[in-house]
Amino acid sequence: MMLRNRRNEALFALALVAPFVAIYGLVFVYPTIRLFMISLTDAPLIGDGNFVGFDNYARLPSDRRFGTAVWNTAYFVLITVVPGTLVAFAIALGVNRLAGRLQAAILALFFLPYILPVSVVYLLWDWTLNFQFGIAMYLFDMLGIARIPVFKSTAWFMPAVGIITIWWTAGFSILLFLAGLRTIPTEIYEAAALDNAGRWSTFRRITWPLMWPITALVLTIQLISQLKIFDQVYLFSVGGRPNDNVVLVYYVFQRAFQSDQGGRAAAVAVVLFVIVIVVSVLNFQLTRLSGGRDR
Amino acid sequence: MTATTARRLNAIGLIITVITVFCAIIWAFPLYWAVVSSLKPEHEVVRPYIELWPETFTVSHYVFALTETEIGRWYVNSILTAIAVTVLTVSSSLFCGYAISQLNFPLRNVLWWLILASFMVPVQTLIVNHFELVAGLGLINTWSGIVLPQLIHPVIIIVYKQFFDGVPKDFREAAVMDNASEWRILTKVYIPMNWGVTTALSIVCFIWSWNSFLWPFLAVTKTDMMTITVGITQVNDAFGVYYARQLTAAVLAGLPVAMAYLIFQRRVTEAITLSAGIKG
Repeated sequence: MMLRNRRNEALFALALVAPFVAIYGLVFVYPTIRLFMISLTDAPLIGDGNFVGFDNYARLPSDRRFGTAVWNTAYFVLITVVPGTLVAFAIALGVNRLAGRLQAAILALFFLPYILPVSVVYLLWDWTLNFQFGIAMYLFDMLGIARIPVFKSTAWFMPAVGIITIWWTAGFSILLFLAGLRTIPTEIYEAAALDNAGRWSTFRRITWPLMWPITALVLTIQLISQLKIFDQVYLFSVGGRPNDNVVLVYYVFQRAFQSDQGGRAAAVAVVLFVIVIVVSVLNFQLTRLSGGRDR
Repeated sequence: MTATTARRLNAIGLIITVITVFCAIIWAFPLYWAVVSSLKPEHEVVRPYIELWPETFTVSHYVFALTETEIGRWYVNSILTAIAVTVLTVSSSLFCGYAISQLNFPLRNVLWWLILASFMVPVQTLIVNHFELVAGLGLINTWSGIVLPQLIHPVIIIVYKQFFDGVPKDFREAAVMDNASEWRILTKVYIPMNWGVTTALSIVCFIWSWNSFLWPFLAVTKTDMMTITVGITQVNDAFGVYYARQLTAAVLAGLPVAMAYLIFQRRVTEAITLSAGIKG
């Protein structure tokens, strides 16, 4: 009786996991294995190629556009991750002070961009920063600054896309910070007030240390998602200078879908794959060492 | 604390509040600006100064977009593929998460570790192989082709497992004693217990899928099979160089997800904090 129950349980469990395992095998495990295999061949986008060993990897160091892609990705990470996290933290502190309907309304205003598709964000800002009619250019005129063709200029492209990305994704980080701020017991603040602690020292000695685990979490999530950036850079580059603005995923796309070189594209993808995994594992180890929360 | 310092602190507090509200308005201004511009006639949109309110209101751009362009068709593509992604992802994750959490079966731990590991893998690096796979199956330019590679959301199964882990073991044992079948235990006890989570995860899964760009962009080359997020950026000639029309398309593409958020604000917030690993 017990034995039959146990066998039934296992059979039922296998039936339950079967759809997930099937989907996962088809669209995750198999493509991942193929990624590594193809990166060792000279395959086109579709179809098999000849085995070439590590040739695709060996040519990366001298590949100038790959260098640009690595540099741009790193640059993008640099200008978005820490600034974006700080902006979100500051906004969360401001929103956390509000109460009731006002808080809900203000939070919604800050959060709305995050919920929108990237193409909407693109059209919105392409319009706002339009060289001829964009409202930002009228502001520039009023302030006496010369107009800038933002997305056609190599110097302005990444900073502009970085700021737009912060604007677009801050809502997510704000939510996490707010969730964290709400877990700080009010008694601690009351005790600090009794001790005559000022606003700044309360923040520095109570809020900041207690919020550090969440800050680390937000930084990690930001870092990993900005390493994988593609959509905004692609969209804003159309009609501009894609080869100067190329980032890693964009380069994979160019090699595979524009040059029909699946093997070389896969090698670039593997590099990014490894970077992301290393960052994730390092972060996991660091949070475990520091006794922080694990995910 | 003396009365003056208290008053000074309050004054600072008030200033911070005012700054926050002011920043929120600036923050959301581009959204307002797009909506307002889409309601102006084209000649007002390109006037060389800032007009915060239309002189003449017009919905002609919306009429144009809905009748003269393929936006209606793109809506259908977006809605159908997003629903398919949501139903398939959430149901398969629910079943699998339940099995891993509550049942004993061979290789259970291996499967769990595989799922945790996949959490780290950047899906964007698989585009070449997804294209190869979907093209091999002959599914380029089809709904199934758009849906398939979007079914990887390990975070949903992780949230489900954590939730089922929180249910006391007695629940299942009592039901087993009552001779309830496994299927009944799952559908009558465990799933109803988690409706809140299921709703929240379904809403964000739908939003994620509606918003996804890279894969639907690669999987479709024919304009009539595009999702709305891809279509509005790829088919410029449908709108010409009319700025108001482009912004109308943007508003139409963003409206469903913005509405979903405003209606289900609490659920969306819950699901997003859960997906980041913070227990609500």
